[in-house]
Amino acid sequence: MLFVFMLATFVGFQVIQNVSRLLHTPLMSLTNAISAIAVVGSILIAGERESDITTILGTVAVAASMTNIVSGFLITDRMLKMFREKSK
Amino acid sequence: MNGHLIQLSYFAAAVLFILSLRWLNSPKTARQGVLAGVLGMTAAIVGTLIAPEIVDFKWIAIGLAVGTVGGIPLSRVALTAVPQRTALSHAFGGLAAGLVGTAKYINWLQHGELTTFRVSAIALEVILGFLTFTGSLMAAGKLQEVIPTRPITYRNQNLVNLLLLAAAFGSGIYLAFFNHGYWPAYAVIVALSLVFGVLLIIPIGGADMPTVISLLNSYAGLSAVAMGFVLQNKLLIIAGALDGSSGLILSVIMCKAMNRSFSNVLFGAFGQVQATAATGEAKTVKSATAQDVADILTHADRVVIIPGYGMAVAQAQHRVHELYDQLTKRGVDVKFAIHPVAGRMPGHMNVLLAEAEIPYESLVEMDDINPEMAQTDVCLVVGANDVVNPAARHDKGSPIFGMPIIDADKSKTIIAIKRSMNPGFAGIENELYYDDKTLMAFGDAKAVIGDVVKAVGGDGAGVH
Repeated sequence: MLFVFMLATFVGFQVIQNVSRLLHTPLMSLTNAISAIAVVGSILIAGERESDITTILGTVAVAASMTNIVSGFLITDRMLKMFREKSK
Repeated sequence: MNGHLIQLSYFAAAVLFILSLRWLNSPKTARQGVLAGVLGMTAAIVGTLIAPEIVDFKWIAIGLAVGTVGGIPLSRVALTAVPQRTALSHAFGGLAAGLVGTAKYINWLQHGELTTFRVSAIALEVILGFLTFTGSLMAAGKLQEVIPTRPITYRNQNLVNLLLLAAAFGSGIYLAFFNHGYWPAYAVIVALSLVFGVLLIIPIGGADMPTVISLLNSYAGLSAVAMGFVLQNKLLIIAGALDGSSGLILSVIMCKAMNRSFSNVLFGAFGQVQATAATGEAKTVKSATAQDVADILTHADRVVIIPGYGMAVAQAQHRVHELYDQLTKRGVDVKFAIHPVAGRMPGHMNVLLAEAEIPYESLVEMDDINPEMAQTDVCLVVGANDVVNPAARHDKGSPIFGMPIIDADKSKTIIAIKRSMNPGFAGIENELYYDDKTLMAFGDAKAVIGDVVKAVGGDGAGVH
């Protein structure tokens, strides 16, 4: 697991260093949406029906993550649409 | 069978996430990156929904629906408010991590399945998650200006913060190694993390927000990684690590752009350094009218516009775009010099100018534009201040000494549009305004540039 973490961090550094500075704000909203992968853990908690309290915690977590997924991807796309080349 | 399918969907998701970030290296492929991200997330969610542990879909559906309804309005905020939205989403990310960690602790406590490894991972997840939650809420509040943006400091602040954090980790260690089931210690971790998040952001001033947002971005990613360790889920670890490393890279860039270290941002409130008392000698500035500015600009060959957040506050972007069009039409070469900390978050100024339909090829980073400044005829400073202050290069007594700046003072003429001679956000005098080559155009940026546009247009056929 630690190996996976270190490898992913390495890949992250490699890929993100190449991201144009122009796009750092969209980068942050996109990685926001991607780290809302926490939705996976939240779904597992909300759906396993262990106890009422954990179902509530899981449901709130699903809603919080889903908010990030929806708003993160939509706003990233909205910003990227604005970047246009010179019309010549 | 399902097991393989789940692994396959998680693998696809991880690959798509990496591609998604890769395509962000150019504005041409960037939107493809968003699509890859959406597909990756869909694969991950579908892959999770077919997991055998899931027996009840009702609450999942409710959560997904609430999140969708909440997310859409948040994606439509004005672009000046994007930093707040980003901070808010870090808060949600932290909250989700904290809640999932807590739910797992309760589950494993009831089944007697807590182990040292599990408790350690949960403690880490919950500390990171909850401190990101309240810290990001504070940051969002400061950016939205519902909380005073000025740093709030008191004696021994850093000591108090460190002790709180140490106490939270201490409780975690106690739980992990001595008494897994002692839930009051767990409650202490939660409470301390929530309080620590608030106290961490209180002393940080508005000028440091770009760094703080990036750092909180990193924490939000790392809390997802910790969740991955708790749930033994590789996809969470990978996606969280991507987010964490992105936040870290951006924080480092922001720190470099302000010549500060991490510890300096977190432990030393900016603005504490009072501006060195204004020197007695009366310095004079030259002022110019909109007509003067128009004349100078139309007779120039190369113009560099240096925008700051003040331009966005004055809503002057669209007027700036008109000016850009007018000058370009007359054959003037116009570029924008973007300082890394212009705006309230990394890259913010680029987005604001892109919204005003200024082509991105004209937006030039500080390091690329500086060598060209000596050949620039006119530098037009709109709403920027500290990022063009030459004191950063030579005045060791200045609080911004050492910060890389855009070398506006090296151009042949400087025009600065400013409301008044009041020092800016950081309260530092800017000697650029007293330079012999500098003309000051006083007034609201939107109104002044509007007048300049009219004056430039009014010249009619005048081609220089």
